[in-house]
Parts: sequence; C-alpha cells; structure tokens
Amino acid sequence: MNNFPETCATKQLNSVTTGHGTAITEIPTSLRPNRSGKKNRLSVDMALSHVFETPVSGFNFENSTRNILLENVLDEGKTKAPKPLKTGTTIAGVVYKNGVVLGADTRATSSEVVADKTCAKIHYIAPNIYCCGAGTAADTEKTTDLLSSNLTIFSMNSGRNPRVVMAANILQDILFRYRGMIGANLILGGVDCTGNHLYRVGPFGSMDKVPYLAMGSGDLAAMGILEDRFKVNMEVEEAKTLVCDAIHAGIMTDLGSGNNIDLCIITRRGVDYIRPYQESEYKQRRQEKYKYKPGTTPVLTENIVPLELELVHEMVQTMETA
Amino acid sequence: LTTIMAVEFDDGVVIGADSRTTTGAYIANRVTDKLTPIHDRIFCCRSGSAADTQAVADAVSYQLGFHSIELDEPPLVQTAANLFKQMCYRYREELMAGIIVAGWDKRRGGQVYTVPMGGMLVRQPVSVGGSGSSYIYGFIDSNYRSGMSKEECLRFTAEALALAMERDGSSGGVARLAAITEAGLERTVILGNQLPTFFSA
Repeated sequence: MNNFPETCATKQLNSVTTGHGTAITEIPTSLRPNRSGKKNRLSVDMALSHVFETPVSGFNFENSTRNILLENVLDEGKTKAPKPLKTGTTIAGVVYKNGVVLGADTRATSSEVVADKTCAKIHYIAPNIYCCGAGTAADTEKTTDLLSSNLTIFSMNSGRNPRVVMAANILQDILFRYRGMIGANLILGGVDCTGNHLYRVGPFGSMDKVPYLAMGSGDLAAMGILEDRFKVNMEVEEAKTLVCDAIHAGIMTDLGSGNNIDLCIITRRGVDYIRPYQESEYKQRRQEKYKYKPGTTPVLTENIVPLELELVHEMVQTMETA
Repeated sequence: LTTIMAVEFDDGVVIGADSRTTTGAYIANRVTDKLTPIHDRIFCCRSGSAADTQAVADAVSYQLGFHSIELDEPPLVQTAANLFKQMCYRYREELMAGIIVAGWDKRRGGQVYTVPMGGMLVRQPVSVGGSGSSYIYGFIDSNYRSGMSKEECLRFTAEALALAMERDGSSGGVARLAAITEAGLERTVILGNQLPTFFSA
C-alpha cells in the first residue's frame, strides 16, 4: 500500500578534467536509500524519475573554444563578445505563519545601462514552489526552467507534488557539477506537505535552510531591515510589508536594483503573484504618443502578384486501428 | 572559515562547531549547522568550502547507508572515515574540504578521525579543525585529559570553541554541540551571550 516513490533526489560527483587531461571517473548515479530501509538495486542506465537521460560525465568546453575562435575571426580580436546580462538585484524571502513571501525588484542591468525595467525575477518552479534568482540573468532563467521541467516530469511519474527540499537538492546537483561557472544565486521558497520552507542555493552548490534571506547586490541593505524586524510566525500583512521594505531598502541603496517591487505569496491554499506590488515613485508618464500616424510614409507604387500553387501529389494513409 | 572540534570519551564522542559561513567579508549564514549526520551514530564536522563539504557529505552518507543495509548492521566509524578519505584524496586538487568524522560503534566505542585537506586519515582522541583551530591548539594540549566524563567533555569543547570564536574573525555566531553515545544523540546550542567568557583586553 505504501508505494514509496521510485526515486528521491540523486547526487553525483562528476569527473573533472585537469589541465593535463587526466580524467577522473565519475561516481555512478544511484539512489539514496529512503528511511524505511528499502533498497533499490539500480544499474547506472536506469532512467531517473525526473530526467529523461542520465547526464554525460565531465566538462564540455566546446563553447569556450568557439567563443575564442569567433573573437579572433571578427576584426582580428577587436570586437569582443557581448557581456552577459547581469541582474544586479535585490531579492528577499521570509517564512511567515501560513507560508512564504518572496520579493524582488525588477531592474536588469547590462553594465551601466538598465536593460530591462520590468524584468521578472520570481520564477515559477511548481504550483507550490517559486524561486527568486540573482546573478547572471541567463543562468538563473535557464537553471530555473530546467528545474521546473524536471519537477514536472517527477510529478507526472510519481503522482506526487514536489517538495521544496527536492527542488533545492536538484539545484545543488546542477550547480555543483558546473563548479561555480553558472552564476546563479537562488532563493527557493515554497509550501509542501511538510511545511513552509525557504532555501538559499549558492552558485557553487551550497545550500542553506533559513527563515529569512536576502540576496543580490542590494542584499546588505535588505538584510539590515530583515534582521531588525523579522519575527517568527508573522501574519501575512506584516510579512508582506517587511519584504517590501527590505526590497525598497535595496533599491534605495544599490544602483543595480530599482524600478518596481514584485511580491509572491505562497500558502497551502495557493499562490498570489503580485506584479507589480509597488511601482517606482520615479516612474514618469510618457509626454506624447510616439506612434506614427497612417500616411506618414507616402506609398509610391503598388504591385500585386498572385501566388499560384499547384497540387502535385496527394496521398491518404489510413491509420491501422485495432 | 570555521572552528570544528571533536573529543572522545569513554562511552562516546562530543563534537562541536561554530555557526558562521562567510562569502568574503559578508556572513552569508550566521546560524549554520556544520555538524552533519552521516548515519544514526556517526556525524561529520565540516570545514572549508560549504558546497564541497555538503556534496561530499551527501555522497558519503549515501554510500554508507547502502553499505549498512547490505551488511544489515550499523556501520563502523572507521568505514565512514575511510569513505571520506577516499573521496577527499581522489579529488584533492578540486576539493577544499577539511572534515572531522566522529561517532560511536559497537566494536571500538567512541572514535574521532580527522581527514584534513589533502586527504590524510588519522585517528586522534581529540581533534580540532578549521581556521579557528590555530588559536586553540595550546588550550587543547594543556587542558585535555583522558578519561573525562561527558559533561567535562561538553564543557571543554564549549570553552575551546568560545576561545576560538573570540579570536578568529571567520568563526562566530552560536556554538553547536552534540554528544553521541550508544544510547543516542543529544544536540545543544549555546547562544552567543551564553558562551563561557574569558579575559579580554
């Protein structure tokens, strides 16, 4: 009757090739035995419940060599590859009585220029789990998408709702494997059958379970607010105000954070994604309409050519039904 | 980085650690738990890179759990220590992990094994590790006696951790202690203002 899920989270230490080409063999993927002591004998090739293929071991530096080649080809090294879009962020999360509140600003910067004023930094992972991401925008986006896909596959395979600790473990696996090359600092928050949880996952693959948290370039200011006013088992309005004030402190103090504040309140009953929760007080109204009126560009000539299609071959194949 | 410590006594071991993880000069987590269970009566104290030690501890606790189920017996502390040593030595260039393995088993009672960076393995009655350990070698050498009771070991560990946390910038927060015996496991937390105090200039 008690059908334990086929898999729990998995861990693997992948091989690392050193500069001299000495490859170290990978420790094979396998299961952690669950609490009842049941063991599952698995071969290395067995599909995990949340991924389609077991990942290949070792590093793949093809893209690095390609980038170097491209830079040399374009203008003999004078053109550099575009800098990655960093989020320069303030994100924060707080566990309160009935769930978790996550908050983020909405500014994405590319060096000194604001590239996106309405960037969405709170990513969907599962119906009951959301993730705030700081660091390189592409890395956080892709990693959270990958995590979300894996958890959906797991839910379909096992018929269970994913747990926050599983999401954190999968993130830890992915990030540790790339040894800090994926610049993703993530705050994972959610509510599951075991309670309300908030995890921090660092870019090197370290994981911390905490009741309140701030990350990103504005984290020092936000942490100050949180350290001062956090209390255990707060009510929802107090928690929302606290997170909003923490992000606001980050926005005021840090150049890389700004614009609006998004909030995401996760409870057992559901998710309230408020975007934006608070708009920037420095937002200006557009002075005029900047659309071109029809007729601004004069039409000189008009030439209509009908496209003739000829039916060459038609084949009907009946489907075999049992 | 850390201060971690483990002491053997007649019926078991006492382990202790501070609770600070830093990224550069910022304290990322001031209430970290560096005493990680590997099995029911075997713990490891982690120092060094948080990501590396968490990954190694997870891998070893899987391997040990599997081994224990195959054997149908609680595993030996020496086995756990050897698993740590194998992993830390094989990946010594890539990992930054200094680990103290401590626990109780039926064959040899309480044992402390230290696996510092580089992957050495040696059994010691008392062992300290982490950046804060440098400041308390003198205290350990002069104050350790064999045949202490559990309460004396707990006090000894608390005092040593307090001294290290006072002097080392990378150690601080609360002091987490655990006593592992045949009967089971007792964990305590000593908050910052309850730590034993000493002379301060």
